Amino acid sequence: MSSSPLSIRGLTKGFELGTVNEKLALDHLDLEVPGGQFVTVLGANGSGKSTLFNLVLGKLFPDAGKIFLNGEDITRQKDYRRALNMSCLYQNPLRGTAPNMTLEENLALAYTRKASRSFFAVNRRDSAYFRELLARLDMGLEDRMKTKMGLLSGGQRQAASLLMATVAQPSLLLLDEHTAALDPGSAEKVMEVTRTVVARDRITTLMITHDMDYALSVGERTILLDEGRLVLDLSGEARAAMTPGALAEQFYVRARRRHAGGNSRESGAAL
Amino acid sequence: MVYYSMLVSALSQGLLYAPMALGVFVTFRILKTPDLTVDGSFVFGMTACAAVTIAGHPVLALFAGAAAGALAGLCTALLQTKLRIEPILAGILVAAGLYTVNYTVLGGQSNVYLQYQTVNSAGATVNEASPTIYKDFSALFSGGNSIFLDTNAQVLLLTLAITAVLTAALAVFFFTRPGMAIRATGDNEEMVRSSSINADLTRTGGVMLANALVALSGALLCQQQRYADLNCGNSMLVMGLASVVIGRVLFGDRGIVGGLASAVGGSLLYRVVIQAAYKVDMPSYGVKLLSTLIVVCALAVPLLRRRRAAGQRGGSRV
Repeated sequence: MSSSPLSIRGLTKGFELGTVNEKLALDHLDLEVPGGQFVTVLGANGSGKSTLFNLVLGKLFPDAGKIFLNGEDITRQKDYRRALNMSCLYQNPLRGTAPNMTLEENLALAYTRKASRSFFAVNRRDSAYFRELLARLDMGLEDRMKTKMGLLSGGQRQAASLLMATVAQPSLLLLDEHTAALDPGSAEKVMEVTRTVVARDRITTLMITHDMDYALSVGERTILLDEGRLVLDLSGEARAAMTPGALAEQFYVRARRRHAGGNSRESGAAL
Repeated sequence: MVYYSMLVSALSQGLLYAPMALGVFVTFRILKTPDLTVDGSFVFGMTACAAVTIAGHPVLALFAGAAAGALAGLCTALLQTKLRIEPILAGILVAAGLYTVNYTVLGGQSNVYLQYQTVNSAGATVNEASPTIYKDFSALFSGGNSIFLDTNAQVLLLTLAITAVLTAALAVFFFTRPGMAIRATGDNEEMVRSSSINADLTRTGGVMLANALVALSGALLCQQQRYADLNCGNSMLVMGLASVVIGRVLFGDRGIVGGLASAVGGSLLYRVVIQAAYKVDMPSYGVKLLSTLIVVCALAVPLLRRRRAAGQRGGSRV
């Protein structure tokens, strides 16, 4: 058995099978991610990226195939159990935080996974650690630890969410377009923090993005999903040689082909 | 003196119902999930307490009452988390089922007095009042000659002590890891799950805690009035909610400790208002309509405040 942090074998998931709306979101997908690798994930809407993330996170369960985390079969494990070793960041900064609790409390809750037992959830030793982590972001958040999370800006909140996701040093980090809803300045800042944290802790990471520049410049491997299959897997020299324009072309060719295919199916049904 | 004794009576009532207000606060404001088990669990606390009090254990009876409420909360929480039944419906179902349970606990009667049969010195069988915490507390003052000879003042003092300890314990609890996890469950359940905490478990804990508090109120009331009655639970939820919303309107949204304190304060004020309404000849059956009106008004206040603020901003812009 492979001891890769993430190993996916023949993963298949369909929705509404046996009806006219039948959709095979993932079609016997295989994916091996070696330790510490940062992979960017591309794919049009409906290509299966989100389904892949939901299956890995345990929000959905597959029809066939297996998912291994550090060699352990987690295919049927409950979502909160596997969250001990993995974290996810979403596009919406509101999704990963408790708005009516303070920044410090949010971090303390996320840190529950690895924190030593203490009577009060917020304690001096952990807070000193959180302060140090926040100071490294260089966003002045270390002075706002008693501020309710809901009062922070989207960028601040997403940066804090990133800390929450990585504070317990997970084996796997999933990023689902986590900078897409931010203004360009904040997006750049959050992406920079992402790179730093992932590199420092050598966290195995999958990042969904629609930004061709990020897809090639961030991390060391780029994969493209189409109709639930892995259609492009770039790393090393091949990736270095790829340009955002050429990658976008790959993207659109497939989208056009699928669009044409969809039309022919529809007209066939009409006849 | 009439007003003084009315005030003492209103405040002691307010304190007796304060644990219930705290319970309603836990579900409505902390878990942010309406729980309609309240009407049933209040009476369950009352009947369980009555049974154990009559058996001769007044202090144990309060714990029994709270445990009964926790059990009712467990049922509601299991319906919510395991069967994915809508929280409102889950509460209604459990409260309806509890009616039969409560009837059974009272031995097939709809009310029971806290008394036991004994044989007096003359050899006749008589009914003797069962000891309650209030009776035992009252005995402490029997020799003295102070303001605390007044039974209402004694009830007030003892209930105040119980409520104060309870509120302080809750305030501490909500800053411990389990307590914070319960707060976070109400705030963002997904975030709790992704922090590798079983949110079903924290939700269950929260609903059990809330109903234990509600039932404790029922138990205290049972010992204070010396009887248990199945009808005592009617519209309990509306009263609890009235206390919580009054507290919120008057004291604002001041975090967890402030919230707990304002629920207790709301409970006191609510009883003062009700007592005052009785004073101006409101018939006893008027209390429910009055409670409903209070809740509606108190819920409307934040909206009206926002509208007025928005109106003023709009005005200044022109």
